[in-house]
Amino acid sequence: MADYVTLTDPYAEPRQQRSADFMGMYVFLGAETMMFGGLLMLVFACRLAHPEASADAARHLKIWIATANTAVLLTSSLFVALGVAAARAGHRRAVASLFVLAIGLGLAFLALKGWEYAQDFSEGLAPGLGPPSPLRANAAALFIDLYFVATTLHAIHLTVGLFVLGVAAASVLRRRTIVPDQAVVLEMSGLYWHFVDIVWVFVFPIFYLARG
Amino acid sequence: MNRFLPFWPIAASQHAQRVDDLIISFSLLIFCLTAPVFVLIILFAIRYRRGQPADRTHRPSGNVLAETSWTVIPFLLTLGFFAYAAFLYLDLGRAPADSLVIDVVAKQWMWKFEHPGGQREIDDLHVPVGQDVKLTMTSQDVIHSFFVPALRIKQDVLPGRYTSLWFNANRPGVYDLRCSQFCGMDHSLMVGKVFVLSQADYAAWLRQAGASGDLAAQGKDLFRDLGCSGCHDPGSTVHAPSLEGLYGRLVPLDGGRAVVADDQYIRDSILDPNRDIAAGYPAVMPTFAGRVSEEDLVRLMAYVKSRGPATPAAPAPEPRP
Amino acid sequence: MTVAAPLLTPEERVSYLAAGSTLRSWLLTTDHKRIAILYLVSITGFFFIGGMAAAMIRLDLLSPTHHFLTNEGYNRTFTLHGVVMVWFFLIPSIPATFGNFLIPLMIGAKDLAFPRLNLLSWYIYVIGGGVTIYVLIAGGVDTGWTFYTPLSTMFANGHVVAAAAAVFIVGFSSILTGLNFIVTVHKLRAPGMTWGRLPIFVWSHYATSLILVLATPVLAVTLVLMSAERLFHLGIFDPALGGDPLLFQHMFWFYSHPAVYIMILPAMGVVSELVAASAHKRLFGYWFVASASLAIAAVGFLVWGHHMFVSGQSRYASVIFSFLSLLVAVPSAVKVYNWTATLYKGDISLDPPFLFAMAFIGLFTIGGLTGLMLALLAVDVHVHDTYFVIAHFHYIMVGGAVTGFFGAMHFWWPKITGRLYSLVWGRIAAGLIFAGFNFTFFPQFILGYLGMPRRYHVYPPEFQVWHVLSSAGASILAVGYILPFVYLVHSLRHGRPAGPNPWGAAGLEWTTASPPPKKNFLETPVVTQEAYAYPVLEGRRG
Repeated sequence: MADYVTLTDPYAEPRQQRSADFMGMYVFLGAETMMFGGLLMLVFACRLAHPEASADAARHLKIWIATANTAVLLTSSLFVALGVAAARAGHRRAVASLFVLAIGLGLAFLALKGWEYAQDFSEGLAPGLGPPSPLRANAAALFIDLYFVATTLHAIHLTVGLFVLGVAAASVLRRRTIVPDQAVVLEMSGLYWHFVDIVWVFVFPIFYLARG
Repeated sequence: MNRFLPFWPIAASQHAQRVDDLIISFSLLIFCLTAPVFVLIILFAIRYRRGQPADRTHRPSGNVLAETSWTVIPFLLTLGFFAYAAFLYLDLGRAPADSLVIDVVAKQWMWKFEHPGGQREIDDLHVPVGQDVKLTMTSQDVIHSFFVPALRIKQDVLPGRYTSLWFNANRPGVYDLRCSQFCGMDHSLMVGKVFVLSQADYAAWLRQAGASGDLAAQGKDLFRDLGCSGCHDPGSTVHAPSLEGLYGRLVPLDGGRAVVADDQYIRDSILDPNRDIAAGYPAVMPTFAGRVSEEDLVRLMAYVKSRGPATPAAPAPEPRP
Repeated sequence: MTVAAPLLTPEERVSYLAAGSTLRSWLLTTDHKRIAILYLVSITGFFFIGGMAAAMIRLDLLSPTHHFLTNEGYNRTFTLHGVVMVWFFLIPSIPATFGNFLIPLMIGAKDLAFPRLNLLSWYIYVIGGGVTIYVLIAGGVDTGWTFYTPLSTMFANGHVVAAAAAVFIVGFSSILTGLNFIVTVHKLRAPGMTWGRLPIFVWSHYATSLILVLATPVLAVTLVLMSAERLFHLGIFDPALGGDPLLFQHMFWFYSHPAVYIMILPAMGVVSELVAASAHKRLFGYWFVASASLAIAAVGFLVWGHHMFVSGQSRYASVIFSFLSLLVAVPSAVKVYNWTATLYKGDISLDPPFLFAMAFIGLFTIGGLTGLMLALLAVDVHVHDTYFVIAHFHYIMVGGAVTGFFGAMHFWWPKITGRLYSLVWGRIAAGLIFAGFNFTFFPQFILGYLGMPRRYHVYPPEFQVWHVLSSAGASILAVGYILPFVYLVHSLRHGRPAGPNPWGAAGLEWTTASPPPKKNFLETPVVTQEAYAYPVLEGRRG
């Protein structure tokens, strides 16, 4: 089992290698946090400077779709966590099944998001495209523009996450990644997915709950 | 000044002189802190070079007292200069109340000036010597920057906003004006001249430049022609805020906040009326963005200001930082 | 009579250079040493591109009004110069070449923590570079490397989004390199290599990596927003739509100020090594110098507003930024004093590494002191956006960082290639670079205070003499930069074998062969001494 990694150069001990893998992923997620964090701080500043306009804009957002999406994403993280536990226990098929379920929920998120975007577009909220905007104040338009930027960026990261989970699950099924000996691969995939989830947990209140 | 090989720019104001004094004295300080380092390096390189017999016993590899001293003492010495420089800088943002106000509109690639009497200039600016002059500036397109080296002043000029600068030139002469924020193709051609004239020469210049009716009067005409008076004059059937005594007053807004009706507020009310809606009024004012030029805004602003603050003694507020 | 150098020494036959000679073995390598060389080749290419742009600028500025570039062409040229030099040369320069090559060696490891990620970093750099070349061929971009809005989002004619994409892409290369270094230093130190025994080169790169990882993502999101605004007219930075152009400046400089510390910290690490090795003496004030690197990184995040003193930002915020900017100079000064104290009672070899280190100290100090002047608010009002600022940052970036890069090249060349180069030519190059540099950029301080704005193509005729002097200096500087390419490359075939430690320097990299074997050490080192444990058994030259 040897700490869930297959020892390779330049490492001398499995525990050292696994520790390095975790640290690397955390540093990477730290960098991602700086990017999303910068963007979300911007939105927060917008809300502070223009509270009425932000609230007005937020009332045009589809809070029920977003709430459903929150539930979808949190559940997918649950499946991923269970899958990682299964990987540590060496249950190959369980890992694949659980990850596939999580991918399915991720796809459901994207589908719901697409439906939401379609409605936003038909209401004229998309910047420069579609029917004229129902928003009066410029600050409200700014809020909605930032909503599109943030949720698009999040959706891109989520799509990347789907590939990561997919490749990991396939690799386990085809025995190219052995569990539990190489469970670290699943652990790393899981960390990335959880990060995507956490970003959504911040995006949701900053935008959808600004309606006041 | 040596035109072949200029070395130092003319100082045309007391502020300029102070900036020069500041940088020269600061240079002296850092020279005193740095020269010993350079001298020692060269000395050590010679004295302790390989093959040169010298005392190399008891080689120190650390000294906390030295480290602390050379960390703290130079920093403390610079603090006095920091404070004086900050004082001069903050002063640049506080124009005296009796300043002669000149409106500046920058666009690619020219400077447009409006004197209070309506005289207009392009690229050249005539001002009287020994007079506080305040420039209220905005841009029609990208960010520019108003820079007069002889006065040691500079201020970025932004679209959609007013920034201001003031100076008091104490030397008659002609000084260069240059745009110093990269603004596109002909950035290096966006230059002009500041003519600092004696009081008599300035008065003569004003006469020959032709006052075209003062700005406030022109603004009143615009106010009528654009239809503003249809809602904002007393007797209108539309419930719109009165502009009497508005300038400088605290205006309560929809949502509980209140803002001072300064230049930026007036401007935003014309171009983006839904941004800050006055409390108790419907949001029905149309935007005039695209229908008024920057010069029109200068005139409308002058007219609104002429409708007076509630108390004539109240000083004009500074543009919002 | 000298003995003809063998085509390959016995060490070279088993070194990392000999381990595979196909193109595939180089392009798919995961050996940090080979990746360092891949980077060296690519950044040299971009150095030439940026240098050509500089040459065109200095040529065109010989005359105030007669030019061979149009105004628009000139604007695209200085934009290219800035974009290429900052992101495709300076930021990767020392870390991606010397950091990559040396960090595992200095800590006693076989490679970086994530060797394949290291290769990916290089490919991302190459892709970003490719997009930049496309932008260049397609006609360039005319906004300045700073992309200020609303000029970049609404008025510029060039390929703004493509240029932003190129920088966005290469940013990931930076982030991944920084990530790799951080984990490597934490997890792969050899037995006995405690944090307190790390060479200052490693400390400097660690501090740099913290900035790389934390600041670069902010640049990424800034470029995304700017591009989105240009493509979709969002109104984040457009005042007509309720946005704020100053917001762009805050976001841009929040990254770009720490970025300048990314560019200088590695060079400072190099200089610490060069000074200790040249003096054959322990570096003075080890912990002060190590903490100074971390302090520069930390405080460097708090000073971005000093690029915006006249921008229209709050004057009171400017006062705070001015104070912090003076504060951030303190740890740099600490380093200069410590380097000087290291020379006291040293045993100094006046070889090229020492001369480059001295050139660095002289030029960086002038640059740093003029930075203090810029931090003084009332002074900055006058000299902001003039040639004074250009001179200031070139003293630091070129006089500092590039000199540090060349110093590193002259010090570790024998380790990387196994060959010695001509010390005489090395000293000549150092002298030409120092003299040429001062001739090029010192007149620019004077031009700036006189009021010559930056990014000006046409200028008042009274400034011409200073510009001619500056351009003349640039030609000397160019010779100084080209020379090493000649004699260093010449040494690859004709240089004498270096042996493991030709300088008699302390440090784990000097205990292994030159060039090192693929896994760096024949056995994992066990460290029992402090850093800079001089005297060291003198390595025989050749």
